[in-house]
Amino acid sequence: MKERYSSGKFLLEIAMAALAVLFLAPLYLVFINAFKRYDEVLSSTASLPESFRLSNFVTVWKQIHFPTAFLNSLTITVISVLCILLVSSAAAYQIVRRPGKLSNIIFLTILASMVIPFQTMMIPLLQVAKDFHLINSLYGIIIMYLGFGIPLALFLYHGFIKGIPIELEEAATIDGCNTFGVYFRILLPLLAPITTTIAILHSLWIWNDFLLPYIVLGQKSNQTIPLASYVYFGEYMNEWHLALAALTMAVIPVLAFFLLMQRYIIQGITAGAVKG
Amino acid sequence: MRQALSGKLSGVAVRPAVKRTSLRKQLIYFAFVSPALLLFTLIIVLPFFRAILFSFQDWDGISSNIEWAGWDNYITLFHDKAFLKSFLFTLKYVAVGTVLVNIAGFFLAFAMNFALKSKNVLRTVYFMPHVIGPLIIGFIWQFIFTQVFPNLADLTGWGVFQKSWLALPNYAFWALIIVNVWYTAGYLMVIYIAALQGVSPDLLEAAEIDGANSWQRLWFMVLPLVRPAITICLFLAITNGFKVFDLNFALTKGGPFGSTESLALQIYQDAFSNNQYTLASTKAIVFFVVLASITLIQVFVMKRKEVEM
Repeated sequence: MKERYSSGKFLLEIAMAALAVLFLAPLYLVFINAFKRYDEVLSSTASLPESFRLSNFVTVWKQIHFPTAFLNSLTITVISVLCILLVSSAAAYQIVRRPGKLSNIIFLTILASMVIPFQTMMIPLLQVAKDFHLINSLYGIIIMYLGFGIPLALFLYHGFIKGIPIELEEAATIDGCNTFGVYFRILLPLLAPITTTIAILHSLWIWNDFLLPYIVLGQKSNQTIPLASYVYFGEYMNEWHLALAALTMAVIPVLAFFLLMQRYIIQGITAGAVKG
Repeated sequence: MRQALSGKLSGVAVRPAVKRTSLRKQLIYFAFVSPALLLFTLIIVLPFFRAILFSFQDWDGISSNIEWAGWDNYITLFHDKAFLKSFLFTLKYVAVGTVLVNIAGFFLAFAMNFALKSKNVLRTVYFMPHVIGPLIIGFIWQFIFTQVFPNLADLTGWGVFQKSWLALPNYAFWALIIVNVWYTAGYLMVIYIAALQGVSPDLLEAAEIDGANSWQRLWFMVLPLVRPAITICLFLAITNGFKVFDLNFALTKGGPFGSTESLALQIYQDAFSNNQYTLASTKAIVFFVVLASITLIQVFVMKRKEVEM
């Protein structure tokens, strides 16, 4: 019943491929138009460019200080994610292994906070951030990402650690390992699968996030990639050729990351959604 | 090893005094939990309670004296036409978007489940939009709607391409929905694929032998069996729909004439363009209450039905 490659299946295959082409069309159009001159974009978006000139990319590279923006995005994402992983797994470890009223209250409060939308905290957060001097600095926004990233990470770690038999840790303790040793040498390696999931979910979120950096990172030297691309979409934007080059440059790093890590990303996102 | 050994030695040293051991344990607990707790409190708890406080105050964000307003902001809100308009738009966007995104996601997953030869490539392509940030997605589609569509209209002469999609209220709504489907369908697809793989082919074959046609098998067997995935996907579509900001901001900026302004976008505009900090906070609290109640009700209802099966 299912092994036969019927004509119906062939038609379905063709239809799905056509749909895939339709899915790719917007990205393809942005990509080819990024090579065109301004008037070429306006006269025809569907045709191929007269020549694959790189001058739009060169202009954008300089105008938005692409290397700086890229490095800022990378720094913020990597440091935030590493810290979220460390802080959340440590907390989840003790919360699971030392159950009690306090652990319960902490866990449920953090869990409940996940339904609060960002906009609800956004206005007072700015006040708090000013009080603690977290505005206009990379380290400030990293602290904020830590706060926002911990609930989901802690929740996923909590669920995973509960499934790990405690005997391993007990054996290590008997062998003379203290709590820190157990955490670093026994638990962290065991957490690798869920750590990958959390790292992927949070990396994509932080890398692509726009609103938080938009309201807390003022200076140009602190700009991330989404902020830098926004420059071309202000009130009076009409430089489509440059805007498209900027979009292409913003899309390439994520797509490269996705194509390289595809299997992990799809698995991680599915796992994150199903458990969350 | 040396570290572990010293740990053991110090453990031995304090063991006689039971009280000190438990104090030590508490210190360790504190050391592990406090960083997370501290950051959580600073970034989420503190602003959240301050937002509640703000919603009962009157303040423009600049002047030094903050006045107490009681329930005034909440009362203002119910006469605020812009807020009601935005509320209705958001509800409509969530309702239409949730249904379409789930149908599209399930359809893609269902088609993939026929063991197509190009399955892996197709899955990658359908999922791809979801790794790009919604702000960039909004800009990409702004280009498609404003620049590519007029070109297509010249080439094909079709009426759909001749409209300026982002300038007409009705069309702008559907523009957002189209992009939402393009962006989210692949994401829900991977969740549905995982669920469909759990449906035993033997069971379906047995039903076929018993005379169930393919629609009956889909409706009475497959759908009930993937119900947990439906719960998850509805939940994701509803919460993401309610929170829509980047896409809205990049594609229509709430226009034309405020017809596509989501709640999240309006809160942002009120706070940072109009300096109405306290009114925006009130809206933000109402937004939170609505979102929290709807998601709780949805999960509760769906979970109960799952158990009934």
